Amino acid sequence: MLKSKTLMVKTRSGKILKIVREHYLRDDIDNGLLTDKLDLHPLLQNDLVPHEHFLVLDTNVILHQMDVIEHPCIKNVIILQTVLREVRHRSSPVYKRLSSILENPDKKFFVFTNEHCIETWTARKRKESSNDLNDRLIRIATKYYSDCLSDRNQQAVLLTNDEANCAFAVEEGLIAYTAEKYVKSVVGHPELLDKLAKVNEAIEVDRSISYPEHLKLSQLNSGIKTGRFKQGKLNISRENYLEGKILCPDVKGGEILIQGRLNLNRAVHEDIVAVELASEEEWSAPSDVMLDVSIQPGAEISDSVDKKVVSNAHRVPSGKIVGIIKRSWRPYCGILENYGTPGMTRHLFTPAERRIPRIRIETRQFKTLIGQRIVVAIDCWPKHSKYPQGHFVRSLGEIGDKETENEVLLLEHDVSHAPFSQAVLNCLPSPNWAIPEEELRKREDLRGFPICSVDPPGCTDIDDCLHFIDLNDGSGAVEVGVHIADVSHFIRPSTPIDEEAKCRGTTVYLCDKRIDMVPALLSSNLCSLRDDGDRLAFSCIWKMSLDAKILQTRFCKSVIRSKASLTYAQAQMMIDDPAKTDNVTVGLRGLNKLAKILKSRRILNGALSLASPEVRFHVDSETHDPIDLQTKELRDTNSMVEEFMLLANCSVAEHIQQEFPECAVLRKHPGPPPSNFDVLINAAKTKQLDLNTSTSRELAVSLDNAEKPQPGVNLYISTLLRILATRCMLQAVYFCSGLESDFKHYGLAAPIYTHFTSPIRRYSDIMVHRLLAASIGADVTFSELLDKQEIQKICNNLNFRHRMAQYAQRASVALHTQLFFRGKLVDEKGYIIFVRKNAVQVLIPKYGLEGTVFLDRDCEGNAMTMNNLNYVEQDCKIFVGSIALQVFDEVVVQISHDASNIQHQRINLKLVKPNLPGISSVPSES
Amino acid sequence: MAGLELLSDQGYRIDGRKPDELRRIRCKLGVFTQADGSAYIEQGNTKVLAAIYGPREADQNMRNQICHDKCFLNCEYTQATFSTAERKHRSRGDRKGQDMSTHIKQTFEATIQTSLYPRSQIDIYLQVLQADGSNYCACINAASLALIDAGIAMKDYVCACSASLTKGKPVIDINHVEESSDCAELSVAILPKLGQIVYSELNGRLHANELPDVIDAVVRGCKDLFVVMDRTVREHLEETATTFTHS
Repeated sequence: MLKSKTLMVKTRSGKILKIVREHYLRDDIDNGLLTDKLDLHPLLQNDLVPHEHFLVLDTNVILHQMDVIEHPCIKNVIILQTVLREVRHRSSPVYKRLSSILENPDKKFFVFTNEHCIETWTARKRKESSNDLNDRLIRIATKYYSDCLSDRNQQAVLLTNDEANCAFAVEEGLIAYTAEKYVKSVVGHPELLDKLAKVNEAIEVDRSISYPEHLKLSQLNSGIKTGRFKQGKLNISRENYLEGKILCPDVKGGEILIQGRLNLNRAVHEDIVAVELASEEEWSAPSDVMLDVSIQPGAEISDSVDKKVVSNAHRVPSGKIVGIIKRSWRPYCGILENYGTPGMTRHLFTPAERRIPRIRIETRQFKTLIGQRIVVAIDCWPKHSKYPQGHFVRSLGEIGDKETENEVLLLEHDVSHAPFSQAVLNCLPSPNWAIPEEELRKREDLRGFPICSVDPPGCTDIDDCLHFIDLNDGSGAVEVGVHIADVSHFIRPSTPIDEEAKCRGTTVYLCDKRIDMVPALLSSNLCSLRDDGDRLAFSCIWKMSLDAKILQTRFCKSVIRSKASLTYAQAQMMIDDPAKTDNVTVGLRGLNKLAKILKSRRILNGALSLASPEVRFHVDSETHDPIDLQTKELRDTNSMVEEFMLLANCSVAEHIQQEFPECAVLRKHPGPPPSNFDVLINAAKTKQLDLNTSTSRELAVSLDNAEKPQPGVNLYISTLLRILATRCMLQAVYFCSGLESDFKHYGLAAPIYTHFTSPIRRYSDIMVHRLLAASIGADVTFSELLDKQEIQKICNNLNFRHRMAQYAQRASVALHTQLFFRGKLVDEKGYIIFVRKNAVQVLIPKYGLEGTVFLDRDCEGNAMTMNNLNYVEQDCKIFVGSIALQVFDEVVVQISHDASNIQHQRINLKLVKPNLPGISSVPSES
Repeated sequence: MAGLELLSDQGYRIDGRKPDELRRIRCKLGVFTQADGSAYIEQGNTKVLAAIYGPREADQNMRNQICHDKCFLNCEYTQATFSTAERKHRSRGDRKGQDMSTHIKQTFEATIQTSLYPRSQIDIYLQVLQADGSNYCACINAASLALIDAGIAMKDYVCACSASLTKGKPVIDINHVEESSDCAELSVAILPKLGQIVYSELNGRLHANELPDVIDAVVRGCKDLFVVMDRTVREHLEETATTFTHS
């Protein structure tokens, strides 16, 4: 049967269009009752429903009660097409969760295509809103199911949060309850109650606070169109959770500042919001105050912006949030605060992420949950509630336990770390896989070549090898080869293992743990180019002149046998030992020579050497001993390997861009905007150093100049400058060449760049391998490989994953730092790297540790007045009474582990030298 | 989440069809008395009228196209102002219309036994009354029926069908919503009994590996169409035969 749907649509230009669409009704649609997709006898018992019953869910139940729905006891649920479409439209995270439930056959969720079923379709009535129509469709489908089930003596139960819908349903003779009422009467699962989201009732009404009403979406849209409101993603400051900004290109400075609880108006970090710009007199300046509630939970800065301190010069466009366009709430890790009385059910939850406000939850398990890391989801934020309200999702384990803390930081950074699924493992070859004859014939046999790998000690995922041969053909040319593990041979497109790797994007290295992108069999055996047998490789082979000019480049799939898996130190020793004259050693010497030429040429071109961009703190997982910064010696061999990897990446980038100009996966590093360097330039000026930051080359030269010893300048300053310079940089990103025109890599001063050399631990490299293989005829293309939109989508995910991996790594270092300092009290030399209005940030080179010393608190951590502080921004200087603290000043700080607040353990820094009365701490005896 | 889901996980398309199902087809032969042959076809909401004039002596102003050993085809494709959601006046010689005319002309040059009609002309007029995707295919099918109605010798029926690929599955007879998503669109016209493809056109990109599947699907679609068209022709014939005998 055919019906047509007619709808009126307003186009962008304001025209009203009448759109007619066909709508076919069918009599062959499966209702799932006779298949194994639903149980014949649903088991879940409920006091309200005497019979066996199936559940039909309304959209709002799915949107709000996902945590209940995910509970294993909720089974035999019918999801209507109407509902599924609404969910998809309203919230993509919830839709994703629902999709994964639908894929799980144990959950017995069934999708019924009700709108195309002749028995459950209905036409829109006159003047009926689409919401009402959807509700009616849901009721009709429920009715249909009750009728089908009546002869089996079973029932269909509609769960809805909408009172009106519920009442209508009951009126029509259906069994309908609100989700809350139903869940309260479920037999045998009391834990479900905690997971229930309370959307309609406020847990706590606080009359002292009343947030402005949010405007309706339609009002927001028209406001945005006329330019009255600006739309953007709210980015809450890391230092001050009551201050955020949105990016907005059409105002001065490109950002709008939003300050204070009421102006933020219940928006949470990363929500898409609409902002109304305040008039210019009301603009304010970002506060330089570090607001840290974890220290003093009671003390919060008053909401009103301190007007008198705002000088005109510092004012930036400010505004207030008038409405939320899209929430991006996710489950948050954190802890319960220990203030409530155990008997009460209402408690406050503090998220681990500082930019998220505390959340009010209801739980009956306070006694067990206190002292544990838990996950909580936000449900809503009523007008009269100071904090958003949410519900308990699950517990992760004891606070302070290393496993729990690792779990927290993986969850917080969205690193998927579950063991690989069976589907993924099924894609693996057997552990004693050997290279088949047929594969050998297809590849170039390089097993006789003097190939070796050079890596850090203890490395098990070796993805690159090198070789060097003097061609002796009279021209003085040499052959250099870079051999990369051929991961794309094992990971075929569109297999589960490929999907998983695509989603993970990168291997994440924590201090004591590695979360692999591909299963260990590949990463540390079949694809790892160890010296214990033949391996498949993807080779990039150059013919080079002795002055490191590339004469010819070629790529091939090959089979290699590494002659030696060396560490950097071993390789260095071989090079330095004149007695050694074997192939490998000679090769290493040749490579080393070429690498030096390559490096100097690169630096001449303006590549930046930000010597130690990450000051990293390495902790031995067994002994908790730090291996400090200075002892990490850089040998020639380190940069030798790096040089050739860079060269291979550049060669490959050029090649794939030429072969696939529309869909090459490349990596670019945009040059930072000049204003990013202001902090660096100001800081350098205090030491009479002039930095030129106009180009990367100028910057490299001025940083080198700063290295020359000058009177009165500490030698470590050049390193500090490099660290600060690193922070001025933008992130390098992957992108699809068909969608951008600017390919430059600022940091490497390369016109084009990509990642080819680490396919074991980066998905981007796998994509590059596939493109390269297709271009040399060693493999075939497939549609996703050539679809630029698809590639860009993957690139965006990779960029996100890489960033998250980096953050997770830092968080892991911070965690281990805490473990290391537990129960210790150490005085250590440090340098001031930033000066703020009420604090200085200190870097302690020995531990690679950075922390904040508050100047408005005494040594016990109690707040003090800021009256004696005098902050001079221009000179990066702050006066505490008569003592000045300036950037790059050497100070001595006392490092301790603060466990006083068991829920938020932290590293505490206290100033020892210079001695500030009232603030500084007494030196420890050690 | 933005964008429409063209094919649900349950295997239904936006309008409720399965991937390999055609839209409802209604067709009729002999809708005009003035023309030598005419037909009307509805494929879902795409509705096309076709009229055939000829074979006849070539127009004076078409002199230069006359061939001594075959007839020439004159094809005119027009789309009504009211055929799309937005009213839009299309002048007769607009680019899209001309392209379409050429394509249709080429398709029928390969099908009509032109050598039987030397030095003459056959006119094919096509008018799209309502456009809802796969316009080319509906035009070919309408013209094919009209040519049969006109009694012009052809090698075979011509049946045309379109297809696209979403979520790795070929979907046939695509409507306007599916057409305006960024998927590739393949239009194919075949001679169903001879098993020949006389025309194929691909808009957008399809990977070579996926093409065979899509072609298979679209050919199956054409054959389904053929069944309907053949039945209509036979019914029409019977009807006409009865009127003849009665009169």
